[in-house]
Amino acid sequence: MTVETVPDLDLKVGFEIHQQLATKSKLFCSCGCQEAEKYDRVFTRRLRPTQSELGAYDAAAMFEFSKMKQVEYHAASGSSCLVEADEEPPHEVNQEALETTLIFALALHSRIMDEIHVMRKIVIDGSNTSGFQRTMLVAAGGYIEVAGKQVGVQSICLEEDASKLLSDESGIKRYGLDRLGVPLVEIALEPVSGKPEEIMQVALTLGRLLRASKRVARGLGSIRQDVNVSIMGGAVVEVKGVQQLDQLIKVIEHEKLRQHGLVIIADKLKKIDERTIGDRIEEVTDILAKSSSKMAKKILESSGSFRAIRLPGFAGLIGFEPYPGIRLGKELGELVRFYGLGGVFHSDELPNYGISKEEVQAVRERLDLGDNDAFVMVGGSDDKIGFAIDAIIRRLKAALAGVPAETRAATIDGKTVFSRPRPGAARMYPETDIPTFPVTGSLLASLADRVPKSWDEVIDGIAGKYGLNKKLATQIFDSNYLSVFEEIVGRTRVQPTFIASKLTEDLTSLQRQGLDPAVLTDSILADIFDRLDRGTIAKESVVLIFEKLMKREGKTVDEVIKALGVSSISDEELSVVLDKVISDNMAAVQEKGMNALGMLMGRSMAVLRGKVDGQKINAALKDKLEKIVKT
Amino acid sequence: MSLDTGGYKGASMEFLSRYGVAVGDSITVTTADGEISGILMPRYESASRNYIVVKLKSGYNTGIEISKIRSIAKTDTKKSPPVQSESRIEEDGTKPRIALISTGGTIASKIDYRTGGVRAALTASELYASVPELAGYATVDPEVLMSEYSENLRPDHWTAMAEKVASKIRTWKYDGIIISHGTDTMHYTAAALSFALQDLPVPVVLVGAQRSSDRPSSDAALNLLGATIFAAKAEVAGVFVAMHAGSSDDAIACHIGTRVRKNHTSRRDAFESIGVNPAAIIRNGEIEMQPNEFKMISRGSRQLALRSSFDGRVMLLKYYPGFNPALIDNAVDSGYRAIILEGTGLGHVSRDCFSSLKKAVKAGLMVCMTSQCIWGRVRMTVYDTGRDLLDIGVLPLSDMTSETATVKAMWALANSDSIDDAKKLMQQNIAGEISSATAI
Repeated sequence: MTVETVPDLDLKVGFEIHQQLATKSKLFCSCGCQEAEKYDRVFTRRLRPTQSELGAYDAAAMFEFSKMKQVEYHAASGSSCLVEADEEPPHEVNQEALETTLIFALALHSRIMDEIHVMRKIVIDGSNTSGFQRTMLVAAGGYIEVAGKQVGVQSICLEEDASKLLSDESGIKRYGLDRLGVPLVEIALEPVSGKPEEIMQVALTLGRLLRASKRVARGLGSIRQDVNVSIMGGAVVEVKGVQQLDQLIKVIEHEKLRQHGLVIIADKLKKIDERTIGDRIEEVTDILAKSSSKMAKKILESSGSFRAIRLPGFAGLIGFEPYPGIRLGKELGELVRFYGLGGVFHSDELPNYGISKEEVQAVRERLDLGDNDAFVMVGGSDDKIGFAIDAIIRRLKAALAGVPAETRAATIDGKTVFSRPRPGAARMYPETDIPTFPVTGSLLASLADRVPKSWDEVIDGIAGKYGLNKKLATQIFDSNYLSVFEEIVGRTRVQPTFIASKLTEDLTSLQRQGLDPAVLTDSILADIFDRLDRGTIAKESVVLIFEKLMKREGKTVDEVIKALGVSSISDEELSVVLDKVISDNMAAVQEKGMNALGMLMGRSMAVLRGKVDGQKINAALKDKLEKIVKT
Repeated sequence: MSLDTGGYKGASMEFLSRYGVAVGDSITVTTADGEISGILMPRYESASRNYIVVKLKSGYNTGIEISKIRSIAKTDTKKSPPVQSESRIEEDGTKPRIALISTGGTIASKIDYRTGGVRAALTASELYASVPELAGYATVDPEVLMSEYSENLRPDHWTAMAEKVASKIRTWKYDGIIISHGTDTMHYTAAALSFALQDLPVPVVLVGAQRSSDRPSSDAALNLLGATIFAAKAEVAGVFVAMHAGSSDDAIACHIGTRVRKNHTSRRDAFESIGVNPAAIIRNGEIEMQPNEFKMISRGSRQLALRSSFDGRVMLLKYYPGFNPALIDNAVDSGYRAIILEGTGLGHVSRDCFSSLKKAVKAGLMVCMTSQCIWGRVRMTVYDTGRDLLDIGVLPLSDMTSETATVKAMWALANSDSIDDAKKLMQQNIAGEISSATAI
């Protein structure tokens, strides 16, 4: 079945956009928001759930706590201080960040809170040194206009960004503190229905509105979208980590299929009694002791064990695929990986993977399975296997209802994988280190004229100011290069249209070849256009230099120019080269006269590309040719 | 129906009682901008009176200005939280037994997520639920003695603590005593107990937290665990302070009660030993005793000597350029019995103070000298000023910290018959407050 033939599922998609703000300092201290180049301090911590969590927290969170031996934090001066180390109380809320959030709230017609309370949202994965994320509700309600329709706003919050995960190996998580505390605006929209393209338009419009303020950070990782996807008969699934808008369409499509697939599976499971799932669990390590399965060998060598779970009535349904790649077996695989286990097999896929028919039969006998029954077999270390078995049983029970509410992570290819169960009731309590504060009418009045203009107005403004057509103005606005574009226009005499097209169309086409634009920092870009302005390189060289740098074939602009041999030549040298081209082709010149210009131009460019502007070559060549023809 | 005032006062309280709603009730508030539904939350006493606080379904709190409210409808009455059955703690007779005396600060606490309130968790079962590892090291009997921010503690509180500790020790039931304490003045209390509780048969360990125990990153649990391990297993007796040894959650330092000082406003490792090593570092559940010149007394069955009185008439005066000597005269006129001068460098104050100091000594006050350098020993024979001060009768206190000296003077005055006896006590090492040599 393809996507087009899926029935109308009442697909609803809600967005939560997390946008870093381009403030001078962090939300609760005076450190800068820039990324650290290297870290010079390390300390380790261990978070523990506070008491009421012990009872209330779900098994997955407790598991995460139990497997996390310690968290190592890496800090750099300038980008983090004792506040990020959780060794000093937070300073007052960054006024610039608050004002920016209020400006967004005004632009989105949202109801601004009379008095703001900073809250602590418990997060014990180590990404916050304090064990909670500080967040405040600034406004609720409102709308954004997208293609003539109003899309509702649920809430606008100002919060601190989390630490950056550097690595996660053998129970030790390493985080960089530079990102912790960077102000982040979280805007949650009401779920909308429609075609994925229309839904994408909503995210695009909101993103553009934020960027139009010129108060937000740009570049990879500065905006993150969580998407809540639900279909009729399903539950809300939150997908985190969607970085690019084109990835978003794929993720929505995938979730739609996955959720509908799970609903179809649930329908097939209708007759199963929930209480019978996992009614029998048996140790089967001995059965696999001599198995030729590589996985089984590996697990048994590290003194792990295998257990099998009986699933009455599940025969054929764990491997059943209502859509390609959508099956319960896969869901279980993702689930056990969360618990750090790789060894999970189910009876629908066996015998296979080196597990023999005899071994399968022995497991079936031990569990006393009937023909309609299935089993899931999971292997691993004893401290993890119990958590995994509980999770598998819970997941299969949830399968009877269809779609479990959970948090999933977007993959690069636009699919989603299980990440963790959705937290239950909100784990929030007041941040008592920061007093509540009112939002005064006079503050709001002073911000009114800073509300970003509509996107159309902004684009028209850019187009008019720099003489760009609307398409190019849109492209430069949507790119990561608007501010460097404006800077280059301001300091050079290079045509804005030329700069904009190099920074958009040409860069995009290089990116499509798989090249990474991250090396082209603002200062490198400015340097390249400065050289063009001074006449030390030619227009044609700009893209060649981009390409060489992106291919990492040179580290500096100087190095690349040298390697390309595109440094500009003097007028005298140009004249000598052109004279040689003409004399080499004198026969053609004498035959065709001025009509030889095109051919001569081609020959000249072959030698001079990137060193001299093409128009200049053309003019000089024409001049020389005219003289020869006249004589 | 009585209204749970929950910190509401004046206009906002009257407003709420008009609508008959109380903290914890589910309400819907109608304002000019629309409706807001949630639970009415308590308000901090110090915050503005013109707002009410509502916890929304999303978990966020928000303040609503009462002048904008058109009406409030109660949708549900406060539900009392279900009473949790106290799980009985299985007593393990083989484990050391520890008395935990709570004086303030919350070494263990619970968050009520419904109201966002934080309350101390002080029953034994709550304590074990907070720090489950405790049960592996000891059976802990908790008791609340007082509940005070440590900045509010006075010498009579030290007396009460000393007496409580003595009564616990004299039951001979305990292998160690832990006192949970607010951190601001914990080093003063540690010094006070060091003098008041002599010939201790077991360790007495003060413990606090620099990050409150309601947060996942709190240092409270590890500090308490370190204190418990030391109180239960250390071979030595005496008064100690157990707090983080560094910023990382890996080691707890156990400081000698008279040699410890709070040297940072907020860091976990704010407490440091001055001029000596900590008595021990506790790492991975093990006690690593540190080399130290003090001969610590070992655990034993000796009888405790309780000398728990303090005379609060001691003034701690920090000298600074421009210091007005009239402050010394004021101390005399106000009936103080001792002055601890926190002098500069090796133990100096300006010669402008000489005549006031002479008057003080003549009036029968005990005048002692410590150094504001914090680290190092006073030596008043090096410069003329020091020699002149010695001639006046100012008593040099070697390498005693100013805080310990102040507490010790209060104790010495209350436990001696004359100023001369008190002076002798001051210069005699009683609980490690004076060292004979400082390690290089």
